[in-house]
Amino acid sequence: VLHFHSYNFSASEKAEATELQRMIAIEQQKAQFQAQVHTFTDVCWDKCVDSPGSKLDHRTETCLVSCVERFIDTTLTITNRFTQMVQKGAH
Amino acid sequence: MRVCVHVRRCQEGSTPVEMDGFGSEFPAGGSGGKVDTGTIMEQVKVQIAVANAQELLQRMTDKCFKKCIGKPGSTLDNSEQKCIAMCMDRYMDAWNTVSRTYNSRLQRERARM
Repeated sequence: VLHFHSYNFSASEKAEATELQRMIAIEQQKAQFQAQVHTFTDVCWDKCVDSPGSKLDHRTETCLVSCVERFIDTTLTITNRFTQMVQKGAH
Repeated sequence: MRVCVHVRRCQEGSTPVEMDGFGSEFPAGGSGGKVDTGTIMEQVKVQIAVANAQELLQRMTDKCFKKCIGKPGSTLDNSEQKCIAMCMDRYMDAWNTVSRTYNSRLQRERARM
């Protein structure tokens, strides 16, 4: 949310700034996606790729796909269980 | 092997990495005093794309050094060079696979909500 304080912005300038903020938020969301892909690729490369060949074979592809899915499942499991632990008063 | 990191502008024979926004040019010409939303957005996209490429290269270098260089010698020999090249291609293949998988998963989760 933009706060226009003591500056004299015209209505069109305010509208433009708000639109800009919206567009930047979209780019930030895309950047966050990319950052996650970097993390997953890092982890799953270690799990799935032994020696790089002339192409990724089917076994490796399947491993990468499963790895991403299970990593996300793990994240959700940990988040949910941790939330329960906190709610029950554990530290 | 030619690598193109801007999927929409990739030419035949180069390997696209599925990223968006890399390689955009600044729009030509100024418009005088007023701030141009388009110019700002181009700059934002370029900055994000550059940071993304740097991240890719850093992680790729780390992984491929580990995979390809055993005991470091006085130079990179032929087999090491070949390994590095192959490793880079495979890393980008892996990146694309992960990107597609993650995107599908996000869409699936959104459909459930």
